[in-house]
Amino acid sequence: MSTADAAQTVEPTKGQRFTGWAANYVDERTSISGLVKELGRKIFPDHWSFMLGEVALYSFIVILLSGTFMTFFFQASMTPVFYDGSYVPLKGIEMSAAMASTLDLSFDIRGGLLMRQVHHWAALLFVASIGLHMLRIYFTGAFRKPREINWLIGFVLFVLAMAEGFTGYSLPDDLLSGNGLRIIDGLVKGIPIIGTWISYLLFGGEFPGEDVVGRFYVLHILLLPAILVAALGVHMLLLIINKHTQFAGPGRTNDNVVGVPIMPVFAAKAGGFFFIVFGVIVLIASLFQINPVWTYGPYDPSPVSAGTQPDWYIGFADGALRLVPPGWELELGAFTLSLNVFLPTIVLMLFLLVVAIYPFIEAWITGDKREHHIADRPRNAPTRTAIGAAGVTSYAVMWGAASSDLIATHFKLSIESVTYSIQALFFLGPIIAYIVTKRVCLALQKKDREIALHGYESGRIVRLPNGEYIEVHEQLDEYDRWKLVSYEDYKPLMLRPDAKGRITNGQRLRSRASRWFFEDRIAPVTRTEIEKSKHAEH
Amino acid sequence: MANKPDTTAQKSTVRRDRGRRHPLATVALILVGLVGTGGAYALFTTSATAETSAQAQAQIDEGAKLFAANCATCHGLNLQGTTQAPSLIGVGAASVDFQVGTGRMPLAATGPQAEQKPVQFTDEQVKALAAYVASTGPGPAIPTADQLEGKNTAEGAELFRINCAMCHNVAGAGGALTGGKFAPPLAGVSATHIYEAMITGPQNMPVFNDANISPEDKANIISYLKYLDETPSVGGYGLGNLGPVSEGLFIWIFGLGAIVGITIWLTAKSN
Repeated sequence: MSTADAAQTVEPTKGQRFTGWAANYVDERTSISGLVKELGRKIFPDHWSFMLGEVALYSFIVILLSGTFMTFFFQASMTPVFYDGSYVPLKGIEMSAAMASTLDLSFDIRGGLLMRQVHHWAALLFVASIGLHMLRIYFTGAFRKPREINWLIGFVLFVLAMAEGFTGYSLPDDLLSGNGLRIIDGLVKGIPIIGTWISYLLFGGEFPGEDVVGRFYVLHILLLPAILVAALGVHMLLLIINKHTQFAGPGRTNDNVVGVPIMPVFAAKAGGFFFIVFGVIVLIASLFQINPVWTYGPYDPSPVSAGTQPDWYIGFADGALRLVPPGWELELGAFTLSLNVFLPTIVLMLFLLVVAIYPFIEAWITGDKREHHIADRPRNAPTRTAIGAAGVTSYAVMWGAASSDLIATHFKLSIESVTYSIQALFFLGPIIAYIVTKRVCLALQKKDREIALHGYESGRIVRLPNGEYIEVHEQLDEYDRWKLVSYEDYKPLMLRPDAKGRITNGQRLRSRASRWFFEDRIAPVTRTEIEKSKHAEH
Repeated sequence: MANKPDTTAQKSTVRRDRGRRHPLATVALILVGLVGTGGAYALFTTSATAETSAQAQAQIDEGAKLFAANCATCHGLNLQGTTQAPSLIGVGAASVDFQVGTGRMPLAATGPQAEQKPVQFTDEQVKALAAYVASTGPGPAIPTADQLEGKNTAEGAELFRINCAMCHNVAGAGGALTGGKFAPPLAGVSATHIYEAMITGPQNMPVFNDANISPEDKANIISYLKYLDETPSVGGYGLGNLGPVSEGLFIWIFGLGAIVGITIWLTAKSN
């Protein structure tokens, strides 16, 4: 209405009148103003780690754009052709049409190589930023009620991103991706009884067949992206419905969100950030080579290059396979049970399962049914942080195992000792990480408590009349202290009989788990303690 | 010139198809010419070697001295080998030229395999050592320059992928073997040394004899490796040609590192 007043005093220009008319035209037919009003006032808190999900989203957009470009030129066919393009060392060599068109895309189509490299680097960044985003959610406890479902959807997105990555990596039908596919074929065939059947179904006969590139192409450009976009939509919708978490601070409670509204500040910032991410990816893609399929050559089942690894996000699976000691096969009559392949598959599946359902496990252990909108500082949930550190360690160990040969050559070690060390680390690493992280968290909490109560060391040394030297401690201001003292305090659950006067085994287990979670704890500083410490100072 | 009577012979009667007018006369003439020039050439070169044999003997003597001073401790004064090192009788000049010419011998230290170090001898000294070792028993010779000229890079690339890439990596970046041994990177290795490595099989490398990979194909492989050396990587900096491992490390450290730096910058509060 204020605009109407303004219109009376200042005559709108032609451009303003057109904008007004167009906005009105659209709104009368779509009622979009309600949505804009609702969404535009959505508040986003400011913290650098809250932007990691955005990075994933923006790199996904870059992937869609560059991928669309490539679909115009790529031929998803395994029909054998003789390469006749510009790259001399492959001229006249027989290869699949997929490989030949990838080479054409790289050497003979203007901008093709840049687009390939943008696509591949963006894909690596996509999965990496999803990983970092997940870690941020985990370590700040942002998966707690009401966000458990969104964690699950996020997990599905992570798995879809890996599947997208792997199918894309296989499409050029070069030597490296063919070797990778062969490993997947081995993993599938390692499943008892049905493995071989699934493998034949997947490849349309004996590996490699002539179907897999066409099939993976459909998965890569249609099916998986469609599911991914749908899941992404729900993910963002739930983000809006649940609102964003925020770190504790003065004026920030469990019932509000403090930050800037989407319109106009956040939208401008986010739009700018998209172009920055795009720019970083293009910069990397134009300066650094990725996946030089022309060096790898066309796929042929006989050669396997030294240093054959999958892209980083599949590395943990490759590493798990490399860690298996020799001889883990069982012969049961006419059947061979390939535990050397099947067990790592099970371990990987269990690992992913735990990641997927962790919010439910923790909710059950804590018995906490409240909503949480304040993000935890990792130190304030020592056991969760320690579990996370153990998980990251076991992932990192498997990941490292995938490059055991490169570790051996680059650090001048023998590959056997590298493998043995990583095997030991696989079991010991997570335990060490758990213990160390938990102790570090508790120590940091103690330090916070000390600072909140007694202030920080000012570095000013004063000599008292009696000759004693003391260092003056300065008190924190209220704002800084707030961050240190406001966190949820959990105590181990008491084992109590239920309404029928019984104690079930489930309850016993839960109270034991709760004790494991919360036995070692540093209670937050209370108001009375602060008051008391202030009096003591005077 | 020899063709002229032949063409007339074809036109004329059957009786004249004999003697120098026989249809195969041309072939015979060419044969005689070839044998003649070849024989003359052989005669000329043998007379040349007669001249240079004194030089060759001097080279062998020089090699013998160098061998006694630098190699005999481990390989034995008569090249018979000791518990420390293998016999060198019959390893050939190619083997010596490779091991000494790349700086692997004399051995810097015992270890899983001979490591490269700065070459200790001049080129003449290396050749002298090679000549001396070759003089004690027949073995593979140092390849001549025309043996190293490959014609088909594409075929060389394919053979490289099939025969060499499992140890040396598809881009020749090298790879790990068991027990601390390794296949070295191939960038910048001279064509002669690559050829010698294939025919002598140094360290853990198998011998690729001429029945296994023909001399032409060896030259093709070399031409592919030289192509890799001389062609800059088309997609930008190659990150050591180590494939997905270096790419993954790069995106986590520099890619995501840069992005996180930017997010911190974007959310920084102005002071």
